[in-house]
Amino acid sequence: MTMVFGIPIQAFLGQLLVGLINGSFYAMLSLGLAIIFGMLRIINFAHGAQYMLGAFVGYLLLATAGIGYWPALILVPLIVGLIGVVIERLAISRLYNLDPLYGLLFTFGLALVLEGVFRYYYGVSGRPYATPPLLSGGTNLGFMFLPNYRGWVVVASLVVCLGTWLAIEKTKFGSYLRAATENPSLVQAFGVNVPLLLTLTYGIGSGLAGLAGIMAAPVYQVSPLMGSDLIIIVFAVVVVGGMGSILGAIVTGYILGLAEGLTKVFYPEASSTVVFVIMALVLLVRPAGLFGKDA
Amino acid sequence: MKALPIISAALLAATVIPAAADVSDGKVKIGILNDQSGVYADFGGKVQGAAIEIVDADHQNKPDIASNIARQWYDTEQVDAIMELTTSSVALAVQGISAEKKKIDIVTGAATTDLTGKACSPYGFHWAYDTHSQAVGTGGALVAQGGDSWYFITVDYAFGHSLEEQTANFVKEKGGKVLGSVRYPLGATDYSSFLLQAQSSGAKIVGLANAGLDTSNSIKQAADFGIVAGGQRLAALLFTLAEVHGLGLQAAQGVVLTEAWYWDQNDQNRAFAERFFKRTNRMPNMIQAGTYSAVLQYLKAVDKAGTDETEAVAKQLHEMPVNDVFTANGKVQADGNMVHDMYLFQVKKPEESKKDWDYYSYLATIPGDEAFIKAQDSGCPLVK
Repeated sequence: MTMVFGIPIQAFLGQLLVGLINGSFYAMLSLGLAIIFGMLRIINFAHGAQYMLGAFVGYLLLATAGIGYWPALILVPLIVGLIGVVIERLAISRLYNLDPLYGLLFTFGLALVLEGVFRYYYGVSGRPYATPPLLSGGTNLGFMFLPNYRGWVVVASLVVCLGTWLAIEKTKFGSYLRAATENPSLVQAFGVNVPLLLTLTYGIGSGLAGLAGIMAAPVYQVSPLMGSDLIIIVFAVVVVGGMGSILGAIVTGYILGLAEGLTKVFYPEASSTVVFVIMALVLLVRPAGLFGKDA
Repeated sequence: MKALPIISAALLAATVIPAAADVSDGKVKIGILNDQSGVYADFGGKVQGAAIEIVDADHQNKPDIASNIARQWYDTEQVDAIMELTTSSVALAVQGISAEKKKIDIVTGAATTDLTGKACSPYGFHWAYDTHSQAVGTGGALVAQGGDSWYFITVDYAFGHSLEEQTANFVKEKGGKVLGSVRYPLGATDYSSFLLQAQSSGAKIVGLANAGLDTSNSIKQAADFGIVAGGQRLAALLFTLAEVHGLGLQAAQGVVLTEAWYWDQNDQNRAFAERFFKRTNRMPNMIQAGTYSAVLQYLKAVDKAGTDETEAVAKQLHEMPVNDVFTANGKVQADGNMVHDMYLFQVKKPEESKKDWDYYSYLATIPGDEAFIKAQDSGCPLVK
């Protein structure tokens, strides 16, 4: 049997694929976070809670209205995005002119409140969310048994990440967004409604978190704490990628997912810390992150 | 899970009215200290509390919080005994305080054998199960059925280590072998990597040395990765009815586990379970039934002693056999361990389940003498 680093190549490939699956979630979450930070300069600590909200909205749609996974895939990002819009209008829009610390504290508090509410009503044990029948079962890839749903997660997240990146880099709407970030008053002078753009950006960012949430629901249990388990790692991803760099967030998400996957093979006890070790090393060498512009 | 204690009519029926003159401050007050919100909340969240007077609190799985509550209860609220005590670290801390304050504690929610081993107390009792009974039950019985090669997925702290070690020893003793193990940090959400390692090890049995939500998640993901479908068996070393219910039979089917009590075993259990269900809307597991038994036995002991004075009650608790809905002929050893039979169950397939909460098929009985460590081998300094 061919060996890689002392383990059979089959097991090694399997672990890489598992890392890629986790990386998909990191990438989707850090993408939304990077967009929000890039455009709004708000460090959105509520991102994990919005991810959790996505999973719960999906769960509630199914439990109360019988709306299944596929419609939820469209509805959940819309609903969570809309909640994001309301939050931005009511609160965050008032914080733009203040020290960034206020935005951080507000969103952090919001995350605690959201989590507390769901924790009160649903406990922490989590609710099961069944895998959609179309994607249940698995495929034997020869080197591993891949659950179909997880394969779908990888593909879907690649599409979402790529699509979002293209929309921001290549479309007219994206160019408005980027321009508004660079110089809001000038863009406003051209007749573009900048506050509306910012509201939409926050809505899109939250919607992406919601989408990741509903996609995660069949993999993990729907639980009020699922967001806080993940948010710190996702922040590390954004920092390693370079604050506000969208491409950086995506690429780093996958890379760190892979790194974590490999750690689970060679030294599982460290699997929850390896991301932060990498973050510390990157910050030592490149303080602006892998893809960040040196300020 | 928000779980407030429910005053039990059942206990009122078994009324204990101690001679008020001999009972300090005129009442018997029992504290139920457990986890009502954390990862182990569903473990024993619903409490079948006694009349008399029951107070309860959530220790959040933190020994320091639990210690503060225990001191406050003993020092200023005249609590006579503390029970349940989910999570080993909490149980050890509170048992220490109880011994120091000369108060009784009966642990039903924690697993460590240290409670009746090196940390034993003359006033401390361990009621429902421990890591040894789980290891002997699940480990021993599976080896006997031909499950002679094991791979462990173990949570990386004292409880997981001791569960793995005790099971591994037992497996080897019975002629089986351990092919490997992987240790992961507590509260991990993704087990796929560990499951793949277990899968590629080729072991017949994948032993899950963890508890609560961790076990539920690992079992769910094992189903995703086709572990059971591929011919391996999952052995959950600490898994109860509450978690099976949360997980659903689709994911949990085929899991082998050890419990001290199952609601659908006989008429007596069913009757108790029905009363419990009416109040809580869920069926009790061994921890809930065990806490009921502990409270009842304590009250019987107070009744027999005619006082709630600790030494006298502890003496009765050590001497009286336990005969109630939880167990028949249970006996308390000198180290405080209540020895009783344990049962091996397998979780049913969805199509085998005839009604709500119909989850287990009975596989075997593990006699109490085999399931628990004998007092002289326990390492408890009180045993001469």
